[in-house]
Amino acid sequence: MEVTTSELSTPEAGLKSKILETFARVPILGWLFGTLVAVILEQIVGTPLAWALGLPKIPALFGFLIMLKKPMLIPSSMLYVSLIFLLPIGIVARLTLAPANRLAERLINFSMQGSVLVHLVLLYAIFHIWTGMSDYRLLTLKFTLIAIMVTVSLNVINGYMGEFSCSHPGFMALGAYTASVFSVSLFVNDSMFGQALMPSFLGPFLFPIGLIFGGCVSALGALIVAIPSFRTRGDYLAIISLAFMFIVKSLIENLEFVGGPRGLSSQPDWANLPTVFTWTVVCIWVINNFVRSTLGKALNAIRDEETAANAMTVNTKRTKVVAYMFAAFWAGVAGGLFAHVLGYVNPASFSIQKLAEVLAMVYFGGLNSVYGSIVGAVSLSLLGEALRPLELFKWIAIPLLLILVMIYRPTGLIAFKEFNVLKLIQPKKKKRKEV
Amino acid sequence: MSLLQVEKMTHYFGGLRAVHNYDLQIEPGQIRGLIGPNGAGKTTIFNLITGIHKPTEGSVQLESENLVGLEPHQIASAGLGRTFQNLLLWRHMNVLEHVIMSQYSKMTYGLAGAFFGTVKRRRQEAEAEDKAYGLLELVGISDLALENVLNLPYGAQRRVEMARALAMDPKILFLDEPTAGMNPEELIQMMAIIRQVHKKFGLAIFLIEHRLKVVMELCQEIQTLVFGEVIAEGTPKEIQNNPKVIDAYLGKEAID
Repeated sequence: MEVTTSELSTPEAGLKSKILETFARVPILGWLFGTLVAVILEQIVGTPLAWALGLPKIPALFGFLIMLKKPMLIPSSMLYVSLIFLLPIGIVARLTLAPANRLAERLINFSMQGSVLVHLVLLYAIFHIWTGMSDYRLLTLKFTLIAIMVTVSLNVINGYMGEFSCSHPGFMALGAYTASVFSVSLFVNDSMFGQALMPSFLGPFLFPIGLIFGGCVSALGALIVAIPSFRTRGDYLAIISLAFMFIVKSLIENLEFVGGPRGLSSQPDWANLPTVFTWTVVCIWVINNFVRSTLGKALNAIRDEETAANAMTVNTKRTKVVAYMFAAFWAGVAGGLFAHVLGYVNPASFSIQKLAEVLAMVYFGGLNSVYGSIVGAVSLSLLGEALRPLELFKWIAIPLLLILVMIYRPTGLIAFKEFNVLKLIQPKKKKRKEV
Repeated sequence: MSLLQVEKMTHYFGGLRAVHNYDLQIEPGQIRGLIGPNGAGKTTIFNLITGIHKPTEGSVQLESENLVGLEPHQIASAGLGRTFQNLLLWRHMNVLEHVIMSQYSKMTYGLAGAFFGTVKRRRQEAEAEDKAYGLLELVGISDLALENVLNLPYGAQRRVEMARALAMDPKILFLDEPTAGMNPEELIQMMAIIRQVHKKFGLAIFLIEHRLKVVMELCQEIQTLVFGEVIAEGTPKEIQNNPKVIDAYLGKEAID
């Protein structure tokens, strides 16, 4: 294969494949270094460069927004993106290729956990500096991270377990409201809940408890859905969970003490980037652990052949209910974070549109794959933001994209792939050529 | 008391009587066969004993413990391992995962282990993997461990089912037509595996077969089932010479 392509290719194509080959050997660590340099560069020269290129401000989302709004500025925003991001990342990644590989190897040999931690710290540093340039970026990134949590947890049900659940927005709503009530009633002087019961400096420390509490309420909601719908297989769960989503929405709309349809506001600003980032990492870690254990793989066995799973000692009923509650828990936590990022929450934000968004992310990214869900959530969230200037046409472009994916990859972009962190962060060796 | 004792088991599918007054005793280490024409209710009997269907009447006891009304996974954990006539494999999982999966009830690390990857989990998963490799070695497909089951040839898929059933440490192994659809070579290998398994684990085996050659060679006791009723029971020789069996199962020409 290799030989024939290189024989047939023209010199330019040969050069291209050579470049691709070189960059294929860059470890994740190298890419992180490159991106870190790029975001630091932007911090220093971004604003003057944008001014010099005639841009109104720095392109927040890699120039997409500016390009779609003012087509005249396409060349300069593309130039900006290449000068600030593409070129520096490429150059640094290429230059640090050998040392980054060596370092990655040394880190893994030293300690697997330590190596993961180093990667995460680097990633966080990049996020921190990148979002430091504009609040819009910060908000987009936070929502993207929350979308990852929701998508990965829904994939446990719709992908790993092979059922079709529609109640994730409902679980998010339960988590969002529970966490909001927790923090507003305890730590804020609010007209609805009266005086704060605890000193506000304790708030950020007790915030995780509020989130977990919200997750647990969602899990209880999941139990209510699960008991009737897991008695048999089929479309029951889809229908019951859809009904549950609407019940939660109208329940909250009619609960006056949380503001009814007007919503609940004045959540304190505790969901800062480190908090959201940490929760997302923990969520991915725990879910990935779960689906790789025999207890979690039992979900796959149930999906593929439930009779056989049951006959091979798998307690199918309990496994299904536990997995459903588990997924709902994370949706609840994500909902709680969502409410605190926005500082406001209302029932309308957890309606059918949210459901469509989350389902699109799961099926776009790929079923039965944590990796795919991360990709799906990130790409659709960013795309949703980037295509915002198209207004109405955004809702044509994204579904079209989904249809294309469904035609060419029916199970999603990266389906049925194990998310192996070790494989991701290990150094990349030079491929040995045959003959 | 026998290892497995079934008494007066009757089952109706709606108005259709699928099994009538079925009795069975299996002693430890015994190989028993169940033969009968298509639609006689052989697989139904398997499904009744392993809990997939609930018998309308009658009792099933394993080592004096009642099995009727338990969930299939509870019956399986109690010591009834089985294979399926129409190969119920998990199509997105590889061979190794199959054989680990049936050790599900032995994983005691619980949800905490599953969520946070505790030391106990790593140890138990590693033990399960070792055991799985051992069983795959025994049935002769350890080199296919990481293949997806759908990529395997038919004979190998049957072996996966066998290894999967063995991994749960059964007291009795139920084999539902273990040689169905196999060519003569595969058939001989399968019989060798069944013998080997029987010898190594001292298992009691209860098997449904269509091919008389297999039953006659392997089994010590055979039941013949016609329309849900046992019409003859005995050693292979007795069954072979029983006119009722010959009439119902082998056909009249066999006498000539």
